[in-house]
Amino acid sequence: MSTASSSVTVSDQFPAGLRVLVVDDDPTCLRILEKMLGTCLYEVTKCNRAEIALDMLRTNKNGYDIVISDVHMPDMDGFKLLEQVGLEMDLPVIMMSADDSKQVVMKGVTHGACDYLIKPVRIEALKNIWQHVVRKRKNEWKDLEQSGSVEEGDRQPKPSEEADYSSSANEGNWRTSKRRKDEEEEIEERDDTSTLKKPRVVWSVELHQQFVSAVNQLGIDKAVPKKILELMNVPGLTRENVASHLQKYRLYLRRLSGVSPHQGNSFISSHSQEPPYGSLSSLSGLDFQTLAATGQIPAQSLATLQAAGLARSAAKPGLPMPLVDQRNIFSFDNQKLRFGEGQPQHMSSGKQMNLLHGIPTTMDSKQLVNLHHSAQSLGSLNMQASAHGNPSGQSSPLLMQMAQPQSRGQILTETSGGQVPRLPTSVGHPILSNGAAGAMLAINGIGENSRGTGYNSVSQTSSVLNFPLNHSAELPGNSFPLGSTPGISAGMSTLTTKGGFQEEINSDIKGSGGFMPSYDIFNDLQQHKPHNWELQNVGFAFDASQHSNSLQASVDVTPSVLVNQGYSSSQRNVQNSNVSAMGKPIFSVGEGSEHGIALNVGQHLNSLLVDNSTRVKSERVTDTSCQPTLLPQHFGQEDLMSAILKQQDGLGPAENDFEFDGYSLDNIPV
Amino acid sequence: MERNQQLRRQLASMRQSLFDQGHLDEQFILLEELQDDANPNFVEEVVTLHYRDSARLITTIERALEKSPLDFNKLDGYMHQFKGSSTSIGAKKVKAESTQFREYCEAGNGEGCMKTFQLLKRDYATLRRKLEAYFQQALPGA
Repeated sequence: MSTASSSVTVSDQFPAGLRVLVVDDDPTCLRILEKMLGTCLYEVTKCNRAEIALDMLRTNKNGYDIVISDVHMPDMDGFKLLEQVGLEMDLPVIMMSADDSKQVVMKGVTHGACDYLIKPVRIEALKNIWQHVVRKRKNEWKDLEQSGSVEEGDRQPKPSEEADYSSSANEGNWRTSKRRKDEEEEIEERDDTSTLKKPRVVWSVELHQQFVSAVNQLGIDKAVPKKILELMNVPGLTRENVASHLQKYRLYLRRLSGVSPHQGNSFISSHSQEPPYGSLSSLSGLDFQTLAATGQIPAQSLATLQAAGLARSAAKPGLPMPLVDQRNIFSFDNQKLRFGEGQPQHMSSGKQMNLLHGIPTTMDSKQLVNLHHSAQSLGSLNMQASAHGNPSGQSSPLLMQMAQPQSRGQILTETSGGQVPRLPTSVGHPILSNGAAGAMLAINGIGENSRGTGYNSVSQTSSVLNFPLNHSAELPGNSFPLGSTPGISAGMSTLTTKGGFQEEINSDIKGSGGFMPSYDIFNDLQQHKPHNWELQNVGFAFDASQHSNSLQASVDVTPSVLVNQGYSSSQRNVQNSNVSAMGKPIFSVGEGSEHGIALNVGQHLNSLLVDNSTRVKSERVTDTSCQPTLLPQHFGQEDLMSAILKQQDGLGPAENDFEFDGYSLDNIPV
Repeated sequence: MERNQQLRRQLASMRQSLFDQGHLDEQFILLEELQDDANPNFVEEVVTLHYRDSARLITTIERALEKSPLDFNKLDGYMHQFKGSSTSIGAKKVKAESTQFREYCEAGNGEGCMKTFQLLKRDYATLRRKLEAYFQQALPGA
């Protein structure tokens, strides 16, 4: 597996060579920082405009390990940049300012900064910034592990590495561990981590759906962890788990509401840090699951939907192909697949990750479930999710879409704008909601491996996939759902994750219970994976969907979505069809097998797409009209969908093997 | 040789007086420590960058102070930037005056702002002149 290592070059001299991007509008400070960082033997890139910095980060997804930014900048508020980076690329961000007032420092914390330096910055402070990179990766691994831990099989305990890794002070060991981690399956380490640390909750789609439902029930303002926990009634879940997940969710929603239009795209991809639970996410999650469940294109549509949803929420209108950012997510090439992150970059500030990148994470678990049953719930869920202040209502629309029962297939379209074809999501399994869903899926996926049904695997995978988000800690999403579903193995194997995701997927699909290999990707993902997520899921969803159903309609979701992520369904294609037919590499997954996998993409988009596709099947297969809406914002959902649909059709039956038992895509209100 | 020594001593004393008179603080020394063979003129480079950027800010603040009524938020914002830059090179007096100016902004004290700004401008000009002379000595041909 491997792939991960390539993105993160942890050389023997680590932290030397750490790739730092420093952003400050003050040329004097910038020059001094550059010099200081150079003295620390880091590889420095300086930038005096936040927008330029974002462009640089986007175009070179895995080109940086950490970002240092000033708080006060003329073109963009430093905190906004922080959020964006967290969402889109899931990189650790350090804030700096001459202002050391408590409020400002607190703001940095709440927005997800991993550190805050007071100017004038001393070189000593810079010498240790590498710890944030390590910590983040570690958390990602842990997440991966978490999801992976569900799958009994793949764990390969490697205690030594973990231990070494844990002691950050032990740089040498860390390097060794890290290298090994990169090179070897992360699962091993993860296992260790999990054993060493307290069990991390994997926020699968299902779980996330439940969470979102609970939150919506209580009302986002009144939702307190304790009550949410009670409502969710999930054994083993602690208040702390819920609390941290809620925090991410809130950040995500906040981000959705405060996100500027162009952020939309990044949302999906940036969802790495914390699952932005924008409406999109929830939608996607649901859809995904539903879709996946139906075995039709659900995964794809789901992804698409999610992507769409995410895109929407992210408010990145500008992106014709919202997936573009998602590309990052999907592009497994990047290795740094940040499953979690990929998605919703826009979504929450900083670290909100969509649990389900592909899948609308914002969806409460309930919502997700609702999806199955009725699109409406989705809609409402979304609404709720977006209630926070979703200014653009992007998320709302997405949610809305999802919720509408009738338009099940529409979920995808709705998210995108109504185009999402309804994928008949008979969501038996909870749809992968963006972060949670993903996680859930992962769990489900893993658990269900036994099912062996096509669907099972798919759904499972999806869950696993969903989470690749880089969430550092909360997102169990990291688990790469794809891997987990054995059932999908048939299809999955075909997944050709570009970024190495494939490997994982394939391996997972092959029946491995756990999707471990993907973790490597996650590591890499750290950087910018989130984007990739989005797409991939999408693609995936589509593929799975349904050949038969000619999800076309639903798949309208812009093939671009699929494509973007590079992940292109190929990975997901478990089934075979690499949905990539879409033309864009992204998802080839979809086609059929992957429903679950596609969902994994975590990207909402994927889930959306998938869902749509599946749903479309049942509801209106030829709901072409719906399409483009899937990813209205971010991706050209229509394109995605269509691409997916096309692929699906083209793929032939093989792909649509998913039998999503669990997910009744039909229900997905598209 | 003797002339070199003399020049060096002269330079050292110029430098020392900047500290003694309170114009520069430890930050300047940190900058000097960053200077190495790869960047032999680092300190001068940074100081030049600073003066180029801060001159613009001084003008902006001056214009803003001519407006009526005074926009304290804006003034505070500009001064924040200016202060950050001055701090980076270790301009001690100027930094203190910036802080004072910001306090007046917060209090909405326009007159206090203007008075402080005059002091600031004066110390800013003094330091600039001295540093230019210093670098001219230190880096012949600079």
